[in-house]
Amino acid sequence: MKTALSADAAAALIPDGSVCLIGGFMAVGSPHRLIDAMVRRGVKNLTIVANDTAMPGKGIGKLITCGAVRKVIASHIGLNPETQKKMISGELEVELVPQGTLVERIRAGGVGLGGVLTATGIGTLVEEGKQIVEVDGKPYLLEKPIKGDFALIGCKQADYYGNLEYSLTAHNFNPIMALAGKQVIAEPHHIVPVGVISPDDVKTPGVLVNHLIERAI
Amino acid sequence: MEDKDIIAQRVAQEIKPEMLVNLGIGLPSLVANFLPKDVHVFFQAENGVIGLGPRPPEGMEDEDLTDAGGGFVTAMPGAASIDSAMSFALIRGGHLDMTVLGGLQVDERGYLANWMVPGKMVPGMGGAMDLVAGAKEVIVAMVHTAKGAQKIVERCTLPLTAVRRVSLIVTEMAVIKPTERGLVLLERGPGVSLDAIVKATGAKLIIEGDVPEMRLN
Repeated sequence: MKTALSADAAAALIPDGSVCLIGGFMAVGSPHRLIDAMVRRGVKNLTIVANDTAMPGKGIGKLITCGAVRKVIASHIGLNPETQKKMISGELEVELVPQGTLVERIRAGGVGLGGVLTATGIGTLVEEGKQIVEVDGKPYLLEKPIKGDFALIGCKQADYYGNLEYSLTAHNFNPIMALAGKQVIAEPHHIVPVGVISPDDVKTPGVLVNHLIERAI
Repeated sequence: MEDKDIIAQRVAQEIKPEMLVNLGIGLPSLVANFLPKDVHVFFQAENGVIGLGPRPPEGMEDEDLTDAGGGFVTAMPGAASIDSAMSFALIRGGHLDMTVLGGLQVDERGYLANWMVPGKMVPGMGGAMDLVAGAKEVIVAMVHTAKGAQKIVERCTLPLTAVRRVSLIVTEMAVIKPTERGLVLLERGPGVSLDAIVKATGAKLIIEGDVPEMRLN
């Protein structure tokens, strides 16, 4: 049985300087109420790992705008001009990672692997500074695991045990990130009694989830 | 017909029934408009759906169902919603039959550059590097020149997306197949002369016999 926290109480659990894995793809599937509460709290110096930084005024874009972020690890920042501006001015460090490599690095972090070998990025700028490992005559880049202090998850619904179900394209990075955070905070649209989510529909088992954010008012 | 419609219609002819196809955002996304009604394919949006459908009617949009550009879409009968790990497993694991991507440059080796212009445009590679490294067929759909500047060049000067020979280049002026021997000119655009193609191309073209015009509707 989990207890449900207010978004503000959950934001208070996240210290300045934390590494936060945040679910969402162009703000679809992000934990929006928690992000708003983090902005209200004035959190600083975060490292954010996410597919993208959405756009100004939406999802992770709000954290970029309010200056909460020191470093971003993402696959795409092209639709948020503020991220690009802050990167160029040196206010924000940005590490760009191919999308498939990013999700596999997070997965590696969450499932106890020492890294992944991938052909993606071979012969490109992504190769710089990385070890190349040959397997059966084919070169692969060694990409290291990513873990977070927190995984901040958006989902369709949770039951009282914290089992999570996702909706359509709002899955994206969420189920993988829920494996790779030391603390996992999930923000469901709905909280339902145990049993409402069929075992077959549980994509993130509740044993991984530390905190639920209370229902939207 | 507009240039982009010529390109999209010609690319659509490459798509065979039951393929799994990923269309990039922008020009490549127009390809779906030219697919014959009786050809059933699955379109993948890498943010998490197989069986992507057109934009829903006004007022019927679901905030949890978008394409990789963040636009509202529908899901076709037989669709599957997937997380980012599954999505890129399909792309990187050799399960994706075809990807259609835009291009900034393609060179004589068939290598593509399409993700950044140093000092000017650094949006991030998103899924492009994974798609080019992993898809069975890679089709580059782009206008032949950019404001007079050649885009098909001897050697890419922009950072590469991958060191993989793309399968086909389709522009409004030509269809070109990169091969071990170099770039083979397969077809001419509507009303375009061989001379005009050669002048607009910064790489050596292999021209064998009569080069037919594209067959468009």
